[in-house]
Amino acid sequence: MHSDRAPLSLKLAAGAGLLFLHLPILLIFVYAFTTEEKSFAWPPPGLTLKWFAVTWNRPDVWEALQLSVKVAAISTVIAMILGTLCAAAVSRTRFFGRETISLLVILPIALPGVVTGIALRSAFSLAEIPFSTWTIVLGHATFCVVIVYNNAVARFRRTSGSLIEASMDLGANMFQTLRYVILPNIGTALVVGGMLAFALSFDEVIVTTFTAGQQATLPIWMLEELVRPRERPVTNVVAMVVVLVTLLPILGAYYLTRGTDTVAGQGK
Amino acid sequence: MTAVRFDHVSRHFGDVKAVDGVDLDIAEGEFFAMLGPSGSGKTTCLRLIAGFERPTAGDIRIFGAPVADLPPYKRQVNTVFQDYALFPHLNVIDNVAYGLMIAGQPRRARHAAAEAALEMVRLGGYGRRKPSELSGGQRQRVALARALVNKPRVLLLDEPLGALDLKLREQMQEELKGLQRQLGITFVFVTHDQGEALSMADRVAVFNQGRIEQVGTPEDIYFRPDVPFVADFVGSSNVLPAEIVARLTGTACPAAIRPEHLRLAADGPLKARVTGLSFLGLTTRVSVEAEGNRFTALLPQEAPRPEPGDELALTWAPENLHLMARDA
Repeated sequence: MHSDRAPLSLKLAAGAGLLFLHLPILLIFVYAFTTEEKSFAWPPPGLTLKWFAVTWNRPDVWEALQLSVKVAAISTVIAMILGTLCAAAVSRTRFFGRETISLLVILPIALPGVVTGIALRSAFSLAEIPFSTWTIVLGHATFCVVIVYNNAVARFRRTSGSLIEASMDLGANMFQTLRYVILPNIGTALVVGGMLAFALSFDEVIVTTFTAGQQATLPIWMLEELVRPRERPVTNVVAMVVVLVTLLPILGAYYLTRGTDTVAGQGK
Repeated sequence: MTAVRFDHVSRHFGDVKAVDGVDLDIAEGEFFAMLGPSGSGKTTCLRLIAGFERPTAGDIRIFGAPVADLPPYKRQVNTVFQDYALFPHLNVIDNVAYGLMIAGQPRRARHAAAEAALEMVRLGGYGRRKPSELSGGQRQRVALARALVNKPRVLLLDEPLGALDLKLREQMQEELKGLQRQLGITFVFVTHDQGEALSMADRVAVFNQGRIEQVGTPEDIYFRPDVPFVADFVGSSNVLPAEIVARLTGTACPAAIRPEHLRLAADGPLKARVTGLSFLGLTTRVSVEAEGNRFTALLPQEAPRPEPGDELALTWAPENLHLMARDA
């Protein structure tokens, strides 16, 4: 017999699993309010909001946050342009090596970040490119392109090619067809791909470690902060912000594509 | 006036000659069918008229004007696509009004015109629905309204009834024919269904392997095929090979004879053996084999019915044997 109600044991197991997944994150939030700054003692000896003020006044936090937002924004824009064009080419036309290109585009997301990072680092030093914001952007773009590409290609495949012909048949030129038919049909896929790409770039550590010079993005800054026990709860405040900033676009992506298609590339 | 003229038009895809040296004249106001098996080039010809394909060689004119350099959006031609190609993100009224919107008509005027077009295809009041909420037959009507609202001079229809069930298809055939008469627009219609082509079209072009085998009225195509392919493809005439015709009539060319004109006799010059029978109601279809060829005869209800295995002879009235001299 198949019952609609789950047995109590299953509910408990599911609850335990969820707790195991999310309790550590909640702890991070709690320690953002602790009064004790050297070690994370449980239970926190007292609660305070002063770390928010401290964080607000730390210029290094602002620099890291600024860099992260900048890198994520530029990578996302690059990824949306390149990923969409690539998806359009792969799904709309047939040419020699099409499957290979499709595979090569997806490869960066399948490779471990360490490999991508090392490869990019040696490529940059071979080409004698100094490390800068732009090297980080390049590194991030490699996997952001994949996210946008995957989302766009799935949508392109479901969009019948005769829609474009129908639009042109009804008098629309290429630009009108792009504006009135193609973009409305792939729009949500692009927005979703862009949001996921932004979230991925924002909390990326491994590739960034290899492609950043002296600069620190927010996640890198947090790693450095962990070894330096000074005003520790500041890290927790920043962590909270990072969680919120990356969660919002992912939730948005989820709501936009609910019931339409799966969001490719959530797995990384 | 000639609506569409093909002058030695070819469209090759690499080694594949999809359309190969086609000459064609479609008169204004005509209901013209392009009939042929899949891969015979009929759809490519339609796409050449619409402008989705460019000819490899030859000249296409629409109302006398060469269209070689005209993209689809500059041709006074509209298409009803095989899969209807309705825009899924627009509701029905905006789908129908799309061409008018592109042409820059204000919203109120184009919606009024679109509603009128929807009423013409008996879908008045469906404007607010999304294409996904319509049945196949309704989508087909929307596609038709979306094309007609632009007042094209030629309407192209690519297997428009292919996805509909039999009953709906027969009903739509009537309606299309009626619309065409009412509007006086030239309809060019692609189909692989010979019944559809014969019942709807004023003239039919039969395509085979990128070429036109015969152009003519449905009666021409049906009763007076030029070549064995047409005889066989359109209404499955029996084709008598040239050597049998030469022995029986003295003329060495293949000949066609319609199944309903074949008679079974006890004795005659062409001996045949009955291989199968099927009862069709008004008639009985008899499969026979004669000198290694298979033939089909349709016997009227009152004719005596043979048994499978019977040794008989095939006869016909001489005027019903259509000689296909062109292929000799």
